[in-house]
Amino acid sequence: MTTEALIWLIPLPPALAFFLIVLFTNKNKALSHTIGVGAAILSWIASMIVFARALGVEHLGEHPFKSAVNWLPTGAEWFRVGVLIDPLSAAVLFFVSITIFMIFLYSVGYHNYGQPAGDHDHAGLPPHGATVTEHGHTHVVPSVEPMYSRFFAFLGLFAFGMYVLVISDNLLTLFVGWEIMGLCSYLLIGFWYGKKSARDAAVKAFMTTRVGDVFMLLGISFLYSATGTLSFREIFTEKVLHVLQTVPSGVFGLSAAGLIGLLLFIGTVGKSAQWPLHVWLPDAMEGPTPVSAMIHAATMVSAGVYMVIRMFPLLSLDAGTMTVIAFIGTFTAIFAASIAVAQNDIKRVLAYSTISQLGFMIAALGIGAYVAAAFHLVTHAFFKALLFLGSGSVIHGMEHGVLHTGNHHVDAQDMFNMGGLRKKMPITFWTFLIGGFALSGFPLITAGFWSKDEILADAFGHGHMAVFITLAIAAFMTAFYTMRQITLTFLGEPRTEEAKHAHETPWTMTTPLVVLSFFAVTYGWLGIPEHFPGLGGILPNWFHDFVGHTLEHVPEAPAFSWVPLLTSLFVALGGLFFGWFYYRNVKSAQEDVFQIGVLKNKWYFDEVYDFLFIKPAYWFSETFVSKWMDKTVIDGILHSFGIATQWTGEKIRRWFDLAVVNKFGDMVGYGTKDIGKGMTPIQTGRIQQYMLAAVFAFLLVSLILYYFLTAA
Amino acid sequence: MNFFTEPLTLLTFFPLLGVLLLLFIPGGQKNALRWTALAVSLITFVISLWVFFLSGLYDASNPDLQLVARHPWIQVAGWNIEYHLAADGLSILLILLTTLLTPISILSTWTAVEERVKEFMVFFLLLETGMLGVFVAQDLFLFYIFWEFTLVPMYFLIGIWGGPRRIYAALKFFLYTMAGSILMLLAILWLGIQGGTFSVPQLIEQGGIPANIQWWLFIAFAAAFAIKVPMWPLHSWLPDAHVEAPTAGSVILAGVLLKLGTYGFVRFNIPLFPEATLKAAPWIALLATIGIIYGAAVSYAQTDIKKLVAYSSVSHLGFVMLGLFALNPEGLAGAILQMINHGISTGALFLLVGMIYEQTHTREFKVYGGLWKLMPVFGTLYLIVSLSSMGLPGLNGFVGEFTILLGAWGAGQSGVFYWGGVWFAAISALGVIMAAIYILYMFQKMFMGPQGEVVDEVKKHGHSLRDLNWREIAVIAPLILLIFWIGLYPAPFFDLMAPSVNKLAETFSAAALALR
Repeated sequence: MTTEALIWLIPLPPALAFFLIVLFTNKNKALSHTIGVGAAILSWIASMIVFARALGVEHLGEHPFKSAVNWLPTGAEWFRVGVLIDPLSAAVLFFVSITIFMIFLYSVGYHNYGQPAGDHDHAGLPPHGATVTEHGHTHVVPSVEPMYSRFFAFLGLFAFGMYVLVISDNLLTLFVGWEIMGLCSYLLIGFWYGKKSARDAAVKAFMTTRVGDVFMLLGISFLYSATGTLSFREIFTEKVLHVLQTVPSGVFGLSAAGLIGLLLFIGTVGKSAQWPLHVWLPDAMEGPTPVSAMIHAATMVSAGVYMVIRMFPLLSLDAGTMTVIAFIGTFTAIFAASIAVAQNDIKRVLAYSTISQLGFMIAALGIGAYVAAAFHLVTHAFFKALLFLGSGSVIHGMEHGVLHTGNHHVDAQDMFNMGGLRKKMPITFWTFLIGGFALSGFPLITAGFWSKDEILADAFGHGHMAVFITLAIAAFMTAFYTMRQITLTFLGEPRTEEAKHAHETPWTMTTPLVVLSFFAVTYGWLGIPEHFPGLGGILPNWFHDFVGHTLEHVPEAPAFSWVPLLTSLFVALGGLFFGWFYYRNVKSAQEDVFQIGVLKNKWYFDEVYDFLFIKPAYWFSETFVSKWMDKTVIDGILHSFGIATQWTGEKIRRWFDLAVVNKFGDMVGYGTKDIGKGMTPIQTGRIQQYMLAAVFAFLLVSLILYYFLTAA
Repeated sequence: MNFFTEPLTLLTFFPLLGVLLLLFIPGGQKNALRWTALAVSLITFVISLWVFFLSGLYDASNPDLQLVARHPWIQVAGWNIEYHLAADGLSILLILLTTLLTPISILSTWTAVEERVKEFMVFFLLLETGMLGVFVAQDLFLFYIFWEFTLVPMYFLIGIWGGPRRIYAALKFFLYTMAGSILMLLAILWLGIQGGTFSVPQLIEQGGIPANIQWWLFIAFAAAFAIKVPMWPLHSWLPDAHVEAPTAGSVILAGVLLKLGTYGFVRFNIPLFPEATLKAAPWIALLATIGIIYGAAVSYAQTDIKKLVAYSSVSHLGFVMLGLFALNPEGLAGAILQMINHGISTGALFLLVGMIYEQTHTREFKVYGGLWKLMPVFGTLYLIVSLSSMGLPGLNGFVGEFTILLGAWGAGQSGVFYWGGVWFAAISALGVIMAAIYILYMFQKMFMGPQGEVVDEVKKHGHSLRDLNWREIAVIAPLILLIFWIGLYPAPFFDLMAPSVNKLAETFSAAALALR
């Protein structure tokens, strides 16, 4: 099979799985997950083959795999859509296919496949456990998710969207995949729709990202009307880029490139949960499972960053746009890290950490560090997926403990209820540790170190000192809250009875953890800078060479300097140390000095948005438009028109109808009376009746007038 | 008249044949009446497919009017009224939509309409002839007759089989649209007498209407069409009519009758009065944009499902109008496709609402809740249709809205919107966000969360809510199929209209250039 044909096929299995499960197999759990996981494996194999073949192509950047078909006629031209695998999309495809495969596998265990149905479980609510009697003992065991099949269907649709996004050769189909994922995140966050918090979070996520999407859509429209194409390779030519740079947009004095870049970037701000549209991601943790949390936190949000990396040649045309991007990214990185320090929910910490890390990538892109942004995107996907799945495993283990003690008031996600889990859940602990160290940038070994170091080196090397210092502080905070998390969860002694009875999770859940931790370590070795002391040059800096060639002008790696390296070392090790040092003795949330109101309440952004946007929007809709405009003004005008007609009719009736017509013929009078009688049951019929009369009279007179006028 | 040399005559009047048949069936034999009406409408659908695709008589790559049937008709006192039918890319999709939605609607009445079945079916088939006539008539006078003719059966459909306030709604519908038509009639007479012909293509070819008169004629035509669309602020008849109409009536009303208005703009206003059109473009765009935002905002405040959908139509048709008056190929093509999309999505939504209404007899969605669990198939279909209506990529609504946005942005740049520029596109995009709000709000209230009181209410009457049966699935299935087809691969649909649309945009841009 040609590689191009294979690329077209990549998104198909999950889409088919979605339809098969929804239409046919939704009653059969085993069949549904077989189809789901099978589809994920097929797509993964296809992706790996494509990736391997992409590696074998020399100058893949100039000669990517591509193929397109006619999709939509626009005037005399055709809008073509197609697939494109260049170095960037190949690298992204690699991690996307692995993580998606792992999610499918993990879900089997997470949703308690093989366990009995719950005693009181309902569709739309999380399973509550089932009572089983064994050897004369009665005890409660986890029960299988009532909507097990549906979950795999949604997951399939999600995978479809992500694959479409990655292999697209144009912004339109990229946007299609983008929105399909948005829908899936809505469906998956609201998966347990019986919970109000889940419903609200689902709507919030969908709406917030959609705000960004609409701007992106406008950017796409503008781009299309300016260039006549949306295909990446057609846009990124000298000629087209030059036009975009020189043509004014007519809005705020920006160039076309500047405006388009900003509009597209707002899409990313929504999708990748950057400030000020970050508010949806933490709430998305209301979603039922760490699995779904993970797909929107580790995979879907990557889409936003992927898009801006993809559009880099266009974005970098306008210095103003780049400054905005760098600012938003840098600010988000430190802003979200500050919130993460004060969160107690194990998933929420990871959610804010995701926002912060995405900020790192956006900031890197904003300062022109193209390869570093892409590198961090890939490594982050691996270790953040690992962490989310690990947290899911922890929660699952804790829920086991909760079922054992039967005390359902214990929050299985609150880290202050945990502690000492390293002994109970060794695989989860060691893999989580690897993920956490990668996130903190633990030197030399972990992938996170190499990618984060490259961002800092780029910021320093290109003289963006403000970005450099802010990111360094954020990186310190990252290491700190990560170690806080690890210490509270795994180290020390169990703080609750439930933690004592936590239990390691089944192989379907631990296997993905092991696989992902392998990549969370080794992937970093593919991008060791050439001039790194000691290690540089042993392995070639493959990532830089490979992905760098996506661009026409391969970006230069910054010259080596000790300042960023020492900074990286210091913030990572320092943060980890302080995190451990402080939290090893903290027994409960009350003792924690970082439980500061403003941080805990996420700088009050939800409240401010509610006041500034949500409430006014409701007022606009319900009171202003609906009550005042529609019911009062527009209907009011109609009514006054009706009253006026009625008044006229009344006069005509009194002075003409009764006085004149009645005297001349009873026929007409009776006729009118009969009509009147016929209409009396109708409440407002009279207005209409007179209106009708008026209209017909008008028509008749006009007809006669016209006839005579034109005949003459 | 030979039916086979005049396929459009056959197509347009075939439903009348069904009316004749129905008249011979006794009113008591309800099933016979239903099957007859269904069969006739299905055959009409097949005929429409035959006429446009199978017969080889219609060439989709030809931009001009085809399948012409033209005979002198009323020729007195210098009036030259003809029987003149023809179709082209601007109308073919709407014709097919009409012939598709009619059998679907008839099938949906199987258990919903139990009283006066005979009259119902007669009116329905009469309505189909009227609608088809509007789409194929190329003589202004003939068009006007069909146009007014559609009012009558719809008036009775609402007035007899409608809800509690049906008479009020029916009268409002009738009078409102009548009032708009009067001005148009005057304009038609002026055109016919001045131009010496009522033939639309001939009048377009002659051209030469002075700019100031064009302006008045444009307004006269627009008055009729804008009420029908309905454009803000002339929309207030629509919610009443929709709420009171029986399901099948709502489907046809939203699916086809509203399109008579938008079709009127693209068939008559734009080609007949190019200079006035150019002048009016930003003003229409303004009203359209207000309608988009306004309709969406009011939708959110509704608690009656049908009212919500009715107001959302105001919003959606605002998009259609915005696209039409962008006056470029993207805008026009997007608008025509969006007419079809709206017919499919809103039609399907009304069908689904009708199905649940048959069981619960309430449309207040606040009493619903948790339905997804009880009716999984219904819930899934409702979700797909809702998503299509809010323009989710991969489904039909997005293709239309996106193409319209492309067109509107282009019009802002090229100067067709000589004031307002790209802001119309930018602001109307807000409607996309708002659509998501009210649609998801409705979906969530109905299908998620705790079980609504309506479930118990139904139980009190000794029933329990059941999921859709095969007939109901068959009713909705073709529309779901189209939702995906258009969403994933819209090219065949664009192909059908592209030549005519491009020609219109071209002649138009020529006229626009001449004006400059």
